[in-house]
Amino acid sequence: MKLLTHNMLTSHVKGVTKGYPLIIKATEVKVNELEFNSQFVSRMIPKLEWGALIQAAEWLGQSQDLPSTLIPDYEKDEEFLRKVHRILLEVEVIEGSLQCPESGREFPISKGVPNMLLNEGE
Amino acid sequence: MSSSCRRPEHMAPPEVFYNEQEAKKYSQNSRMIEIQTQMSERAVELLSLPEDQPCYLLDVGCGSGLSGDYLSEAGHYWVGVDISTAMLDVALQRDVEGDLLLGDMGEGLPFRPGMFDGCVSISALQWLCNADKKTHSPPKRLYRFFSTLYSSLARGARAVFQIYPENSEQLELITAQAMKAGFTGGMVVDFPNSSKAKKFFLCLFAGVSGVLPKGLGSEAADRAVSGQAQFTAQRSRFKHMKGKCVKKSKDWIVEKKERRRRQGKEVRADTKYTARHRKPRF
Repeated sequence: MKLLTHNMLTSHVKGVTKGYPLIIKATEVKVNELEFNSQFVSRMIPKLEWGALIQAAEWLGQSQDLPSTLIPDYEKDEEFLRKVHRILLEVEVIEGSLQCPESGREFPISKGVPNMLLNEGE
Repeated sequence: MSSSCRRPEHMAPPEVFYNEQEAKKYSQNSRMIEIQTQMSERAVELLSLPEDQPCYLLDVGCGSGLSGDYLSEAGHYWVGVDISTAMLDVALQRDVEGDLLLGDMGEGLPFRPGMFDGCVSISALQWLCNADKKTHSPPKRLYRFFSTLYSSLARGARAVFQIYPENSEQLELITAQAMKAGFTGGMVVDFPNSSKAKKFFLCLFAGVSGVLPKGLGSEAADRAVSGQAQFTAQRSRFKHMKGKCVKKSKDWIVEKKERRRRQGKEVRADTKYTARHRKPRF
C-alpha cells in the first residue's frame, strides 16, 4: 500500500464519524523506484491531508526532513516535489496493519494489500 | 432456467467464484484478456478524461488488473478494489502499477471525499444485484456503494461501469439507486442490434450533468426514434416489392453488409465493385 492511498483511506466501520487518519503499524516496508511525474505530484498535493502524510512518513521512519506545514510555491520546487513523490508513490507498506483511530478496529495488510472487508453487522 | 445457470452470479458469491482456477484464466486466456482490454478501452473513452494531465482513478472490481494496465498505459494513476483474494494475487504476480485494496463494494468505499478524478468498473456491478448472505439487501448495498462513490469523486468527475444486466428490472434497480445517490447520466448501449457485440455501459456524472455519449453502432436506432421522415439521395430499388431479395443478388449482399455493420462487425465499404461477378473465362 502506497502512502498516497493511505492518505485517501478512512475507516468505514458503522458508527465511526471521522475515522481518519488510520494508524499504520508496519512490520515490513519496501521502497519501489517509480518514474517521477511532477505534474501529477503537484496536482495531488492540494488534495492531500498534509499533516496525515507527515505523520504516516514518521511512523515508517521515512520522513526525510519534509516540512510539517506545506510550503508555498511548491509547483516550482522540484527537489521538494521529488521528496513528496518518494513518500507518496515509492514507499510501500508490505506487511502490517491499519487501525481505526476511533473504534480500534484493525485492518490487516498482507502482501501490500490492505484487507478492508468488514464483518457482518459492523 | 438453463440460461440463468450460466451466469456466474448465480453460481457462488464473487469471493468464492473467483478462485485460483478462475483467476488463472485472466492471466492466461488470451480471448478473455482481449475482451477485458477492449471493454476497458471503451470505458476510458467514455470517461473522457482531460488528455494532457495524469489523473487519479478508481477501478472497482479491478480483479487481475487488466483494466488498470490500460489506465497505466494512458499515464494515469489508479487504485483498485476487489473482493477476491485470488484475483488480487494474480494482479500482484502481474506486477500492476496501481495500488490494490481488498474490499466489498456493497459495504461502501472507504475513501475521503472528492479524491478521484474518475471511476471505471468492468463487469462488476451486476454482482451487487445478488444477495449472497441473509443480511444482504441488493438495493441497500447498491445505494451504499453509489453514495460513498459519489462522495469520493471530485465534482464533475465521471464513473463508467460496464455491466452484464440480467434483465430490465436489474437495470432499473441499478439506475434507480444511482440516481438516488445523486448521480446523473444513464445507459450507453454499444451495438444494440447485435447479440454478441452488444455492451452496456452505465455512465454517471457526479455534480455537473453532461451530455450522455452515444453508443457505437446505434445510428440506425436513432433514426427510428426521431419522428421526422428521413430523406436520402439513394434511389429506391423496388427491393421489397416481392418480400425478400433474391439470394446473391446485389440488394441481398448490400443488405447483408448493412446488417453486419449494425452488429458492429468489420465490413468492407460499398463500392461499384460490390456484388459484381467475375468474368466467366476467369
